[in-house]
Amino acid sequence: MTTAAQAHEAHHDHHPTGIMRWLTTTNHKDIGTMYLVFALIMFMVGGAMALAVRAELFQPGMQLMRPEFFNQLIGVHALIMIFAALMPAATGFANWLIPLQIGAPDMALPRLNNWGFWLLPPAAILLTLPFILALFGIGDGAIATGWTFYAPLSVQEGIGVDFAIFAVHLLGISSVMGSINIIVTIFNMRAPGMTMMKLPLFAWGWLITAFLLIATIPVLAGAVTMLLTDRHFGTHFFNAAGGGDPILFQHLFWFFGHPEVYILLLPVWGFIPHILSAFSRKPTYGYKAQVYSFWAIGILSLVVWAHHVFTVGMPVPALLYFMYSTMSISLPLAVLFFCWIATMWRGAMSFETPMLFATGWIILFGIGGLTGLVLADVAADAQYHHSYFVVAHFHYTLFAGGMMGMMAGTYFWLPKMTGRMYSEKLGKLHFWLTAIAFNLTFMPQFFLGLAGMPRRIPDYALQFAEFNMISSIGAFILGLSQLIFVYNIVSCIRGQGEKAADKPWEGAEGLEWTLSSPPPYHSFTVQPVVK
Amino acid sequence: MALKRFKAMGAAIALAFWSKVAYAEFVWNFPKPVTPLAEDTLHVHNKFMLICMVIFLVVLGIMIYSIIHHRKDKGYKPANFTGPSTKAQVFWTLVPFALLLYIDFILMGIPAYHSVITMEDTKNNADMVIKVTGMQWRWQYEYMDGDAKGIKFVSNLKTPQEQIYNQAEKGPDYLLEVDNPVVLPVGKKVRILLTSNDVIHTWWVPQFGVARDAIPGFLRETWARIDEPGTYKGQCKELCGKGHGFMPVVVNAVSEDEFKKWAESKKAELAAASAVAEKEWSKEDLMALGKEVYEKNCSVCHQVDGKGVPPAFPPLAGSKIVNGPNFDAEGKLIKDSHLDRVFNGFRVMPAWKGVLNDVEIAAVVTYERNAFGNAMGDLLQPAQVKALR
Ligand code: HEC
Ligand SMILES: [Cu+2]
Ligand SMILES: [Cu+2]
Repeated sequence: MTTAAQAHEAHHDHHPTGIMRWLTTTNHKDIGTMYLVFALIMFMVGGAMALAVRAELFQPGMQLMRPEFFNQLIGVHALIMIFAALMPAATGFANWLIPLQIGAPDMALPRLNNWGFWLLPPAAILLTLPFILALFGIGDGAIATGWTFYAPLSVQEGIGVDFAIFAVHLLGISSVMGSINIIVTIFNMRAPGMTMMKLPLFAWGWLITAFLLIATIPVLAGAVTMLLTDRHFGTHFFNAAGGGDPILFQHLFWFFGHPEVYILLLPVWGFIPHILSAFSRKPTYGYKAQVYSFWAIGILSLVVWAHHVFTVGMPVPALLYFMYSTMSISLPLAVLFFCWIATMWRGAMSFETPMLFATGWIILFGIGGLTGLVLADVAADAQYHHSYFVVAHFHYTLFAGGMMGMMAGTYFWLPKMTGRMYSEKLGKLHFWLTAIAFNLTFMPQFFLGLAGMPRRIPDYALQFAEFNMISSIGAFILGLSQLIFVYNIVSCIRGQGEKAADKPWEGAEGLEWTLSSPPPYHSFTVQPVVK
Repeated sequence: MALKRFKAMGAAIALAFWSKVAYAEFVWNFPKPVTPLAEDTLHVHNKFMLICMVIFLVVLGIMIYSIIHHRKDKGYKPANFTGPSTKAQVFWTLVPFALLLYIDFILMGIPAYHSVITMEDTKNNADMVIKVTGMQWRWQYEYMDGDAKGIKFVSNLKTPQEQIYNQAEKGPDYLLEVDNPVVLPVGKKVRILLTSNDVIHTWWVPQFGVARDAIPGFLRETWARIDEPGTYKGQCKELCGKGHGFMPVVVNAVSEDEFKKWAESKKAELAAASAVAEKEWSKEDLMALGKEVYEKNCSVCHQVDGKGVPPAFPPLAGSKIVNGPNFDAEGKLIKDSHLDRVFNGFRVMPAWKGVLNDVEIAAVVTYERNAFGNAMGDLLQPAQVKALR
């Protein structure tokens, strides 16, 4: 069927070629590809910034840069990794996979889809342009407040903040449009027979993410707009002298910022079960329990934000409420861990690269989750908060839990997307280097934090020297090993490597594997029926 | 056997680190607690870490068992269950969650509750009150009551720029040393009020288990009862601009007697400083003191050579404001004049009236008007500054 359909389609389907194809495309696979490629490029850019930071921190003393520039690097690194690498990667996978997995011909709102993507490059330019402008003596560089924009520092700082505010607006609009598209697609375009409770978990994860984005992005947009008017139009939302409150900004920011963590993680939690079940050759354990846990975590994530700001000084009841509500997230999260491991249990496992990443992911993300549980403890948080302990914690959740999850997904669906098998040998090498270097980088940071090293400092006291050096060495290995990842992907896109079968993984389940690899430009010329 | 080898390996690694001199100071856990709060925090932290470690190892163990045994290349035939089916299975599935509930809300929840109550009990039975003001990038301490009432001073980083920029050997207290440490008596419950003059800072002393934000326009509070004399160090831990890494906290905890003695001498010192504000100063003396004050307080932003870092921090060399009059014909302070800027501040430029004394303000203004190529030739007398208060 597929070959006939392909031949037929090549015959009558004319779309523009060259750059115009990509500028005007409304095809979910083209747009998905653009999102993924964009995310990969920005991952390397953000990574380069992290390496510059780690190079400066290699030894005590200021070696390579001034503190002002250091502050710009850490903030832009975070904004890029979160908004321009992880989120677009998740949206890219959604574009590629959701229509294939639910048996839809395309996304429901294809033009919105195109627009959503093309807002990203200008946003990335806005974020990084101030670096370049500063070289020409315009302004004093990019945003130097960290990615959190805390007022009044962000009211005080230079034009980099304005650029970042507009970048966040664009990224926010793009995310909301992407979310609307995904919700509409999932609600309206499912193949006959695919009830909500048969929806692939990846689609479920994304559905919750989309709702969270729609609930929280407007709050962030509002907060940064208030910041903008404080900066330029004489308002005093965050200025106590004018009757405002700097802490209001933190509450608004984290009302978005905490759900954001789950926005980044839910798509990954969505596709990990697909991978685990495929390589365990055994159906997903506890499908319903996982769906309900997604919901529970999504809802809880909206009401726990203040655990990010325990040190601002809050009334005791508020401290207790945010502590206990935060701890209670561990319950649905434990359900997920239980289901993941139960899926592996008594399967017939094999460890190709995606499975290696998925397994390593469970362990490392587990460390991130457990340290999150201790962070909920208000009194001890006074020590952890804004120390390197927190830096280590959120890299375990966002690099291991987020990025390494994305890598697992990439290796899993790359053969489907490109029609080529990546090099298994290099994939495994990539995994082991990443896992080892990751721990070498971030494990010492837990101890640095406990010993009393604050985060976001460009220089540190001598007792922290050894561990910082180890961490920096780890970071460089980690950074360089990502080149293997890029190489693997590029060689698949360029058509090197073995041809991939329609279903390259023995245990894989789902509609996407019924199509050819790569799938035809228009998937599902005949609508599939799910029994 | 494996365990033994592991231990030997661990010891070897530890030894390798130990041999480094600086390493001797590093600790694997929170530094030694010296207040009841820090004691409590460490205790809770250790307990939680232990619980988490156990959970982690148990789950990891199950996973590793599965990874070793349930493999395709071992010919294992996959099961196909998707959930618990019998009543007994449902029961055993629920056990871990019941356990987790117990851990979250009883085993961890109850001690955590008590620590929160202890931490927030700032007022009851407080023996003395100090006020800490964060500013870019230094701390100011003010004693609100008791023997030291009225003492107020600023505490600056003492590490020289040459050490930071690697032109000189770094000292043992690199980045954790200040000119004026805050002195507190041991055994007394000190209520610590916090605020800020500009952006948010966080006052953190790990050995006290205390970290609380200093927020402009608001008062926050925390407390410490230091049980052992000693010098305790911490840092600002809220990103507060380019000097964030360079605003340490140093607390000298001394016996009550010593504290009294220190308060006497500090008061005498401050009284002497305000007495000299009455006398007529010579230009040379003002210039000499002004240079010192400038390099300690102003050069972080305006640079030692007065050229600033435009556009964030304007140059003082050739500045219209610096090279303009301070007082009008009737002897009133001109708005937006040099002295007005320094005394009252403007946007990011801090107000120094609460931080520097009359002599220091007079000296630094005189210095700026006659340095970096500025040649106003005039001088400001401390008495003129005093008249503004
Ligand atoms: C936190 C950084 C900072 C510190 C420390 C600082 N200044 Fe400033 N200063 C500024 C900024 C920013 C301005 C510009 C204010 C504006 O116009 O918005 C300024 C402006 C001035 C001006 C007016 C110059 C002009 O041409 O506009 C004078 C005079 C001045 N400062 C003196 C001092 C003195 C004296 C000290 C030390 C006692 C000092 N400053 C410490 C940041 C600082
Ligand atoms: Cu500070
Ligand atoms: Cu700071």
